[in-house]
Amino acid sequence: MSNQEPINTFSSRIAVLPEANIDTDQIIPARFLTTTTKAGLGDVAFNDWRYNADGSKKADFILNTIDASEHRVLVGGDNFGCGSSREHAPWALTDFGFKAVISTNIADIFKSNSLKNGLLPIVVTPEIHEKLLKNPQQRVTIDLEANSLTLEDGTVFTFAIEAFARQCLLEGVDAMGWILNRLPSIESYEQKTGKAA
Amino acid sequence: MSSTPKSLFEKVWERHIVEDESADRPAVLYIDLHLVHEVTSPQAFSELEARGLKVRRPDRTFATLDHSIPTLGPDAEGNRPYFTPQAKAQVETLERNTAAHGVKLFGWGSENRGVVHVIGPEMGLTQPGYTVVCGDSHTSTHGAFGCIAFGIGTSEVGHVLATQCLAQRKPKTMRITVNGELKPGVSGKDVALAIIQRLGFGGGTGYALEYTGPVIEALDMEGRMTVCNLSIEAGARCGMIAPDQKTVEWLRGRAYVPADYDAAAAEWLKLKTDDGAVFDDEIVIDGSVIEPMATWGTTPDQGGAISKGVPVASNENEVKALNYMGLHGGDSRSVAKVDVVFIGSCTNGRLADLRAAADILRGRKVAEGVRMLVVPGSEQVRIDAVAEGLDKVFTDAGAEWRLPGCSMCIAMNGDFVAPGQLAVSTSNRNFEGRQGPGSRTVLASPATAAASAIAGHVVDPRDYLQSA
Ligand code: SF4
Repeated sequence: MSNQEPINTFSSRIAVLPEANIDTDQIIPARFLTTTTKAGLGDVAFNDWRYNADGSKKADFILNTIDASEHRVLVGGDNFGCGSSREHAPWALTDFGFKAVISTNIADIFKSNSLKNGLLPIVVTPEIHEKLLKNPQQRVTIDLEANSLTLEDGTVFTFAIEAFARQCLLEGVDAMGWILNRLPSIESYEQKTGKAA
Repeated sequence: MSSTPKSLFEKVWERHIVEDESADRPAVLYIDLHLVHEVTSPQAFSELEARGLKVRRPDRTFATLDHSIPTLGPDAEGNRPYFTPQAKAQVETLERNTAAHGVKLFGWGSENRGVVHVIGPEMGLTQPGYTVVCGDSHTSTHGAFGCIAFGIGTSEVGHVLATQCLAQRKPKTMRITVNGELKPGVSGKDVALAIIQRLGFGGGTGYALEYTGPVIEALDMEGRMTVCNLSIEAGARCGMIAPDQKTVEWLRGRAYVPADYDAAAAEWLKLKTDDGAVFDDEIVIDGSVIEPMATWGTTPDQGGAISKGVPVASNENEVKALNYMGLHGGDSRSVAKVDVVFIGSCTNGRLADLRAAADILRGRKVAEGVRMLVVPGSEQVRIDAVAEGLDKVFTDAGAEWRLPGCSMCIAMNGDFVAPGQLAVSTSNRNFEGRQGPGSRTVLASPATAAASAIAGHVVDPRDYLQSA
C-alpha cells in the first residue's frame, strides 16, 4: 500500500555521490525494470556503478563502503534524478535505506515519485551543496516540521517543499485515499464537461 | 471582452481543473487519455486490487506492449524469444490486468501494437486540447497536437486508473520561438538537439514549454512530435505546439477521432496562445543556423554541429563524458569508429523517419563491421514501410529489420549495444549504459544515423543526400 511511515525529524550521516546529472538509468538500469513488485530493488540500486561485470562488489564505491542504517541521506552532484519516470528509482533508494536525497536541482518526475514513497527530495543552494560535498563524513539533521536541514557546522538551511506533499509525509497521508475522496467533484466535472462515460 | 490574454498551456490546463489549487492543496487535474504499458503498470494494478478498486474509465485507458518485448518473431511453435522469464511474466501480467479491468490492450496480434507514443497519435487517441499521461517520461510527444502530455510514476498511474485524475501543481511556462528557415537536410531532431543544448540538461525543470515560430510551423507532424518528445531531455514537464491545419489534416480519418470531425477541428484550431500572453520565461532561437547535430557526451545537451567536430572539454563533467565516450576534444567526428546504428524509438521511429533513413541508404551498403538495426515504431509503421519497400532498402543495405518495440532505445528486451561499443542512435538518451552496460551512445537524426552507417563514423548527412 502507498501509506508511508510519517517522517518528522531525523539525524543521519550523509553518503555523497558527487557526479553531476545522475540519471534514473544510473540509479536503476532499465534491465531491472521487468519486475512486477517493488521488493528487493535496493540490491540493484546503482547496479552498474556498484558491481563488476562478474557480480563482485566494487570495493571503493560509496554504497559498498557504508552501513545503510547509518547513512540515510544521499547527496548527489548537480541536477539529480533526470531521465525516465520509473518509480523504481525511489523504490530502489528507499529499499536501500535512504530517507532523503539532496542536490542543487532535482528532476520533476523523480521528485514527485520520491515524495510518494517517503523519500524527501531537498534542493539546496550551491553554497550549501559545496559544504556537503567538502565534508562527506558529516552528520546532518533534517526537521520536516521546520523545513530545516542542519549541517554539522551548525549552518541551518530552510528548504522549500510543496505544502501538500509535506503534509502527506508528516502525517503519513495516503495520496490515493485523498484523490479517491475527490470522486464527487470528479463526477460533477465529467457531467458538466460532457466527459461522463 | 477584456479578459487576460492566456497561453495555450493555460487554456488547456484550465479546462481540466476539477478542483482549484490553493496554498496547501494541489489542483485536481482531469486526464482525458491514459496510456499504459507493461513496465510501469503492474504495481499500480496491484494497488487497485489491494483496495478492491476497478479501473474507473476503461474507455479512456489504452494499453500496449513495447518496452520489454522481443523484436524478433516467434519460433515455429509460436514461442516468442523473450529476453528473460521476468519479461514474459510482465507481459502476461499486463494481459491479465487489462482483461480483468476491461481495458483495451493493443497486444500481440494487434495491427495497432507499437511504442506507446507512436500509437496514440496514429490511432487518433491523442487529440488537440487533451490532457494525456502515461507511466513514461516521453509522453511529452503528444504535446505536438496541442495536448498537455506528461510522464508520471507508477503511484500516479494508480491514481489515474482509480479516479481519472491527478493531484498537480501548475508548472511555470516557457515559450521557445524558433525563427528563420531550416537549411536543407536539417531535421526536427536537429532542432530538438539544438534547443536542448541551449536550455541545458536540467534547464527546463519545472516548466511547461510551448514551441512556436516559423521553423516549428514548417515542420511536419512527425518532426513536431520529435521536438516535443525531447522536451523531457531538458528536464521540462511537457512541451506543446498549437494545433494548425497540418494537425487537422494529419489526424483526419484516424480510428478514434470524433465522428463530427470538422466541428471538432474548428474547435481545435481555436487553441492557441493569445497575443500578449505572459510566459515565465522566453527563449528565441535562430533556426537558420542549425546544422545536423550529434551528441558527443553522456547527456542529451552535450551535442553540437557534426561539422564542428568533438569539442575540447571546458569543465570536469565534459572531461568525464568524453572519457566515457572514448572521444578526444578537437578530433573530427570521423575519427571514432561506429559499431552499431539504431533507427527507431518514439523519437524517430515513424514512417517519415524511416523514409529519411531509406532515402540515404537506397542502393548503398552499411560499412563493414557496423551492425544496423531498424525497428519500426508500430505495426502500422511496419506495414506502411513494407508497402513502400523500405524494409527491402534496409535489408539490401545489410541492416536488420525488426518487429516494432522500444528495442535498443532502452535495451531491456535483449537488443543492446555491447560494452565499449559506439552506437549512433535516433533515440533520446545517451546516458552511460542506456543502450546496455558500458554502451556509448551518439544521438542523431535518422538521416545522420543512416549516413553514419554507410561511412562507419559520424558524418554530416548532407554529403549523402541522393536525388530521388
Ligand atoms: S522508445 Fe524509448 S523513450 Fe520511447 S517509450 Fe520506448 S523506451 Fe521510452
